[in-house]
Amino acid sequence: MSSHEQTEQVIQLEAQPSGLRVPSLSLRLPHKWQGLVLPVLLVIVWEVLSRAGLLAANWFPAPSAIADTLLDLLRGGELAQHIIVTVARVLAGFLIGALAATLLGGITGSTPLMRRLLDPTLQALRNIPSMAWVPLFLLWMGIHETSKIALIAVGVFFPVYLNLLSGILTVDRKLVEVGQIFKLPKIQLIRRVILPAALPSYLVGLRSGLGLGWMFVVAAEIMGASRGLGFLMIDGQMTGRASVIIASIVLFALFGKLTDLVLELIGNRLLGHRGLHL
Amino acid sequence: MSSTTLDIRNLTKTFNVNGGQVTALQDISLSVKQGEFVSIIGSSGCGKSTLLRIIAGLETDYQGSAEFEGSAINGPGLERGVVFQEHRLFPWLTVRQNVAFGLGKTKSKSDWESVDEHIDLVGLQGFEHAYPHQLSGGMAQRASIARALANRPQALLFDEPFGALDALTKIQMQQEVLRIWEAEKATMILVTHDIDEAVFLGDRVVIMSNRPGTIKRIVPVELPRPRDRSSYEFTQLRSQIYSEFFRQETKPFVYSI
Repeated sequence: MSSHEQTEQVIQLEAQPSGLRVPSLSLRLPHKWQGLVLPVLLVIVWEVLSRAGLLAANWFPAPSAIADTLLDLLRGGELAQHIIVTVARVLAGFLIGALAATLLGGITGSTPLMRRLLDPTLQALRNIPSMAWVPLFLLWMGIHETSKIALIAVGVFFPVYLNLLSGILTVDRKLVEVGQIFKLPKIQLIRRVILPAALPSYLVGLRSGLGLGWMFVVAAEIMGASRGLGFLMIDGQMTGRASVIIASIVLFALFGKLTDLVLELIGNRLLGHRGLHL
Repeated sequence: MSSTTLDIRNLTKTFNVNGGQVTALQDISLSVKQGEFVSIIGSSGCGKSTLLRIIAGLETDYQGSAEFEGSAINGPGLERGVVFQEHRLFPWLTVRQNVAFGLGKTKSKSDWESVDEHIDLVGLQGFEHAYPHQLSGGMAQRASIARALANRPQALLFDEPFGALDALTKIQMQQEVLRIWEAEKATMILVTHDIDEAVFLGDRVVIMSNRPGTIKRIVPVELPRPRDRSSYEFTQLRSQIYSEFFRQETKPFVYSI
């Protein structure tokens, strides 16, 4: 199908009047790989420029040098440890934040009284820049794991809460009426109609919450840690090794994408039979 | 076909719109016999859907009385099934699960028999495990009819059920509904804006007028079924009802050449 579309495109391009000649750029690549063209090209140009000595090696290490750094760290055994620590922090913070958001979003979504009581306060708290919590969390919980996980949980909480609540509040009234027609008790109406209907929005919340979790783990580890990918970055900065910093950035990108992919796959599995995709 | 199943007397319904009051229905009186097929026809905004929603129990704030099987209607009831204009199937359930939706959490063997029987009745055998987004508009509406029937309601209420379907599917569905009505022997109340549909299906056609919604006239349709839409009697009735809607326009034609 993709190659068919491509042929069509090429034909269209060639059908242009000759005065407005558009070069018929027909990449012989499946569509889903075409997004890789630009990054691969950039890496190659970067490598070539580095080898030609046009980029300072200490500021802008070549991709191959970064790969070497990654391999060295991996062989030393410390990299695996940093990765495990960071991923564990994100997951712990994500689980706590998402669980709290699910409970509170479920409660405010299903009982108007609780919504009037709680939602304004939660919305007000949301407007506090999350980094503003850092000093307070450090004071309360010390510099160890608890404060880091708490910060990540705060970051995860709001997108999950907001999306779940709005998912519940915007459930199609027409579907709710079907539940009423069949005289479902309130609790069954929530379980069998409202929650399944709010699921797509909830999954979007989980995904953006996870994204924020990764953002906050960097902040938490930069502000003081002895292990983790964020620590590795600071270590690279302190010791003047740009390759370590860039290697950490690459790893953050990689693991962020991987965990997001897991949620995406779960989501598509849950929503696929509705004809929806995340 | 004798006892009264639905009895509406002096029913008035007002809505609050922007601080003012709008009368949607005024002094409606209508009684429907058990097993009867009643079509309610009116132009858009005449309150016919509101009337159906009151019978369904979805609107409970009204003046006057509305009784079903002798007790006042103050909420939905399983003895009154509803088919809406949109199919309103749950997108996360299969056809079979959707049809079984109203049968409660724990379903007995006879519940599932009723589900399968009604899936067969609406001609959806083979699609039990399909999801709503895989169905055509007509098939989805069949599934929603089966869902309303699975509880074996005494009355089935249709709110412009075929308004969103194409003309050919619509005619086919009207014939299906007649077949189902004969098989189930339930009372049917159909709200529509389609004169042809109202006459084809109804034992009586209730004509409603606009703003406020009142019953203007009730036309009995004493034609044997299956009805021939092109027969003389049918077209006579149709134009008679048509004139109820358009005869007020007595402006003389002005020809300008």
